[in-house]
Amino acid sequence: MKKFKNSLEIRPFLALIVILLACEVLYRVMFGDSFFKITMVDGHFYGRLIDILRNGSKYVILAIGMTMVLATAGTDISVGSVMAIAASVACSIVDERILPSLHGNVFAAVLIALLVGALCGAWNGFLVAKLNVQPIVATMILLTAGRGIAQLVSDGKIVTINSDAYYFINGGYFLGLPIPFYIALFVLVIAIILTKRTALGMAIESIGINSESSRLSGILVSKNLWVIYIFCGIMAALTGIVESAGIKGADCNNCGLLYEMDGILAVALGGTALNGGRFSFVSSALGALIVQTISTVIYAFGVTPELTKVFKALIVVIICLAQSPIFMAKLKGIFSKKGSVAA
Amino acid sequence: MMKKLTIGNVSLLIAICLFIAMFVGGSIKYDRFGSVSTIFNLFNDNAYLIIVATGMTFVLLTGGIDISVASNLAFTCVLSAFLLDKRWSALVVIPLVLFIGTFAGFLMGYCIQVFKIQPFIITLAGLFFLRGMCAVVSTVSIPINNAFYKSLALSKISFQIGGSRAKLYYYVFIALAVVLIAWFVLKYTKFGRYVYAVGSNEVSAELMGIDVKKVKIAVYAISGFSASLGGFVFSLYTLAGYSLQNMGLELDAISSAVIGGTLLTGGVGTVIGSMFGVLIQGIIQTIVTYQNLNTWWTKVTIAALLCFFIVIQRIIAIRAEKKKA
Repeated sequence: MKKFKNSLEIRPFLALIVILLACEVLYRVMFGDSFFKITMVDGHFYGRLIDILRNGSKYVILAIGMTMVLATAGTDISVGSVMAIAASVACSIVDERILPSLHGNVFAAVLIALLVGALCGAWNGFLVAKLNVQPIVATMILLTAGRGIAQLVSDGKIVTINSDAYYFINGGYFLGLPIPFYIALFVLVIAIILTKRTALGMAIESIGINSESSRLSGILVSKNLWVIYIFCGIMAALTGIVESAGIKGADCNNCGLLYEMDGILAVALGGTALNGGRFSFVSSALGALIVQTISTVIYAFGVTPELTKVFKALIVVIICLAQSPIFMAKLKGIFSKKGSVAA
Repeated sequence: MMKKLTIGNVSLLIAICLFIAMFVGGSIKYDRFGSVSTIFNLFNDNAYLIIVATGMTFVLLTGGIDISVASNLAFTCVLSAFLLDKRWSALVVIPLVLFIGTFAGFLMGYCIQVFKIQPFIITLAGLFFLRGMCAVVSTVSIPINNAFYKSLALSKISFQIGGSRAKLYYYVFIALAVVLIAWFVLKYTKFGRYVYAVGSNEVSAELMGIDVKKVKIAVYAISGFSASLGGFVFSLYTLAGYSLQNMGLELDAISSAVIGGTLLTGGVGTVIGSMFGVLIQGIIQTIVTYQNLNTWWTKVTIAALLCFFIVIQRIIAIRAEKKKA
């Protein structure tokens, strides 16, 4: 029981439940209908919860990659640009604009896009692990250049595609549930196996807590950092593919715009400390679902979507303050003072 | 006697040389490039970025980061356009928006310093919040028709140099004044030296008796102030307020500072360097336009340049560490 209480997953899980329940109550009062209503059409489930699951999966995938990087006390702010690159590579191949010898093979397109993502991650890894550049600065290079590279691939145009097989990545269903959900689940399982069954998980935590002492105690810090940034690059590429399959094309200027912020937000919501150390993929995934829930709720209630950003900001501030021991101590001080006055 | 080469002045030297080389190269290659008006236009088009980059330099010098500046700038533009549209006097609007920007910076600095929250995260919240508030004020672009703004925006000094006309808008002088004041403050005042001291080593600065808390909150307030002043200049530049203005400007400001020799770990850098960083980005943009290339080449070139400067800084830093050892 104590172990359960102390686990990282419990807080974001409760937060998600509370947010959803609050929405349900509010929605019933305002519209007299259930927020959770799920209907069955053509053997697929439809409803807001399914929407959250489908659209939230992108954030889940991104957050899993981001969790690893943040747990090493690093950051990767280039993920949005990597998404744009991967999306434009995949869409250009499917549309036979580049590499026409593949005849628009979707499988090959996805594979190559993921490879490109790995390459981007390797570049970040090179700067961070080899040259010891600060992660924010190192990944800023790709953030600036990434969209330019994506435009280079797609020749500065918005690539629209016409391939049912590619659409299936985002719009398809399996056993009534959307495909992105399964992709996210698969990635989550892989990430957990990678960190729990190998030494990587321990190495990540150790690097995050103190990279210098990790190195002295024999952990191959730079090799591990390479692996972590490459993994994050692949995850970003996968997110880009799912996103482009959803909008049926790649728009290099807008694909993945500000996603780095959402990714970091998801991880922060999950409770992984942003200055490294303890981490949990499951709680990041829950955090990602919270991020999506905020957007879905705002649409469901008919509030202007621009307000989403304000809500996100407020939530970040609340979470940061709740994580800050100094703030909590001050808060306690205020309440105990009030209590003593009342007494 | 030659001054010792350090991380700061090597980068600054390279930046200035690069700027001159680019200008000379451009003048040889293109007609009408090598004129005073090209230089003046760099200032005209980038005055707001120079101001923002100057404020950013203060934050970076203490080893922090402020990614909310672009949203702060946009919010200033939108709010002032909105209020002017409601027939508020410009003399009320300008101090008000500057105060709001400064206060936003102060608030973020307070959270960072007092509650020990990572600067990146709290300014990220600021970025979201201010950008969201822009949309709350107005989602459509509001034109500014205020007479005071218009006269300030359009008044300029014209020169007749060598047969070509060059013009410098008045708001450029705001930017130059900001750089000059910032340079003076950093170099010759107590506060300026404190900023460097905190950035070099926070613990030893604290032990020396410097009020680290005050300095760190102050730099975020300065960054907020310069972001909103940049917003004021930008609203003169475009004479409109739009909620999606200048997405990603924070990175332009940071990369300008890095190109100009500011170390993101803090303690090293100058505002003059940051100004040259902005001008280099501007001249790349100009060359890309002259060459009739797609604008994304600008981004790729800037990124390559950024990479080059970061690697140089690392090499110098590693050599310095070895020498110490």
